[in-house]
Amino acid sequence: MSDEHHFTRRGLLKTAGGLALVSGLSAPSILRAQTAEVIRIGHLTPRTGFLGPLGEYAVMAVELAVEEINASGGMMGRKVELLKEDSVNPQTASTKAERMIERDKVACIIGEISSASCLTIAQVAQRNKTLFINTGGNSDALRGSDCKRYMFHVESQNSMYVKTAGRSFLKDGLVKGKKWYSLTADYAFGHDLLRVAKRFMEANGGQFAGDDLVPTDAADFSAYLLKIRDSKPDLVVINLAGNQITNFLKQYAEFGLTYPVGGFGFDTALAWAAGKGNFVGTWPVVWHHLIETPGTKAFVAAFTKKYGKPPENQAWGDYIATKIVAQSINELKSAESPKIIEHFEKGAKFDVLKTRQGYFRASDHQLMHEMYTITALPADKIKNQWDIFTSSGPVPGPNEDLEIIAATKEENSCTFPT
Amino acid sequence: MSMLLVQQILNGLLDGIYYLLIALGLSLIFSLGGIVNLAHGAFFAIGAYLTLVISPYLGFGGALVLSPVLVALLGIVVERLFFRRFYRSDPILSLLLTFGLAMVAEQALRMIFGAPPLSYSIPQALRGQVVIGNLIYSFYRVVLIGIAVACVAGLWFLLQKTPFGRVVRAGVQNPDMVGALGISLQPYMVAVAGLGIGLAGLAGVLLAPIYAVHPAMGNEIITPAFVVVVIGGLGSFWGVVVAALLVGLVKGIMVGIGYSAASTAAIYMLMLLVLLFRPRGLFGERITRLEQ
Repeated sequence: MSDEHHFTRRGLLKTAGGLALVSGLSAPSILRAQTAEVIRIGHLTPRTGFLGPLGEYAVMAVELAVEEINASGGMMGRKVELLKEDSVNPQTASTKAERMIERDKVACIIGEISSASCLTIAQVAQRNKTLFINTGGNSDALRGSDCKRYMFHVESQNSMYVKTAGRSFLKDGLVKGKKWYSLTADYAFGHDLLRVAKRFMEANGGQFAGDDLVPTDAADFSAYLLKIRDSKPDLVVINLAGNQITNFLKQYAEFGLTYPVGGFGFDTALAWAAGKGNFVGTWPVVWHHLIETPGTKAFVAAFTKKYGKPPENQAWGDYIATKIVAQSINELKSAESPKIIEHFEKGAKFDVLKTRQGYFRASDHQLMHEMYTITALPADKIKNQWDIFTSSGPVPGPNEDLEIIAATKEENSCTFPT
Repeated sequence: MSMLLVQQILNGLLDGIYYLLIALGLSLIFSLGGIVNLAHGAFFAIGAYLTLVISPYLGFGGALVLSPVLVALLGIVVERLFFRRFYRSDPILSLLLTFGLAMVAEQALRMIFGAPPLSYSIPQALRGQVVIGNLIYSFYRVVLIGIAVACVAGLWFLLQKTPFGRVVRAGVQNPDMVGALGISLQPYMVAVAGLGIGLAGLAGVLLAPIYAVHPAMGNEIITPAFVVVVIGGLGSFWGVVVAALLVGLVKGIMVGIGYSAASTAAIYMLMLLVLLFRPRGLFGERITRLEQ
């Protein structure tokens, strides 16, 4: 408890020691030399903040993918070196993307979950003519007004999520002449989903009994639950994001409400966190670990072996994007972005661990592939903490065009400004 | 007044009680030690994670007792190692220290338990709802509020009616005078840090069954708790209590009347108004050493 500041020998040593420690930590990135024997892939995704939990799955998946690629001969016989960073926010994401491209000379950048960060990375990628594959940003605008020639999307756009879940609600008779109550995360992602959801309801003869915007820092939903109970909706529609969905599900069960629940955006990690008995409803997902295909089974087995738990849907996105890049570079015998892009735009097909192969639609660079809806299992039918839902068949069905769930040109148009 | 609005008002008041457990500790540690404890939310998160670790062995009841005690002990260690060096220095230094501590704690939780949220449910015996006429409320929350109110009452008794409390209150007003009377504040500060941080741990246990348990969960609760402390005023026990209820009430009403998007902004507006007209908070006492 002293106010005095002595400049002591011990103090000096502490400071010097601290400085040495700090510079030691940052040294590896400075010493990273350029070598021709490796191909570098940049991975950027949020690892802290409210998207951090999903980002962790993304990182685990991309590490697994690179390990497998190197084990089977790398890219064009060269070893793949993975550079991964926490993208933090749109500004930091842009700075880190620039450093990866200019200093580390990465062949491409893979990753992201936040749509806002996708946009800033895409701008850097476009300027430097380097491929960027978005594995987690959903906003339709990224495939519309903000689309870029050098950006491709493995993650489905919001329209695909809404149409996939919407088909399931239509089938269950929860749309025509019915009342929905929606809770929407009060930021760009939520607004985008709500807009698409309202368009869907108008087109199919349903209406909204209530529609609340929820601040992104809200953790307690009791006030909303009382309103939902008061309005007796036919379906409670959740357009929230991240941990808010888990909070909502836990508290929905706590208050004993029994109206059907559904949503237009979801990640299986949130279902696992809500847990048995709390997880209810029907939700669209881009992929899940119970799909009965050889590709999915192999991926789930490898992931579970390495990390001791099954992969989440975000893991699929980063895994598959890395595999697509490796396959393309090996086939083309070139790691140059313009050549890869040309290959994608020509409609090259890829195994995406589902029943049908996927391809990038040339008009907006969106991956065309099957989606699924998952429905919570009742508590007494659950055998373990991971397999807590049942899945629909692939959407679109086997005889349908993959493009019917994607946004049409009229709904969302992309012109690739140069 | 519609039935729904009555429900929202009641629910809002009850909601405020969660903030209270966090805010009382924050206020105590700041009033006595001059430390703005930004790591308070981290202790809340540690309390929640300890619940998940302890309850498979001792059940929720065991966690309810043991987890806050462990968090309080951790708080005492942090007080001995770090806080005590900063009592007389510029508050900005302790702010930096606790900001750093909060990040270290959050990352440590991420490294030990992983970033994805973990699953934890209300214990079977405490599930269900209480229905009175058209009113519905969760049975678990009734229990939660009972425990919280008992703790707040206990703390009030300790501060207002015991010799310990008298020294603490004198220390808030004038630490030099307490020193001149031959009383060392050090042991009291240890106790206050343990108590305040233990309360945050308790809040973590109580909210783990109804909130998502994830490493950054402390951030969700720390900001409203600070707002409560500022509105209530430093050094005033009842100020913090009234402010917590007021913050819950304002939030509840905003959602109830359909302005949910502005429900967070409304709390800050409330804080702004209070600061404009009563710079020391609603019931804040004049603490000479903090006003130079």
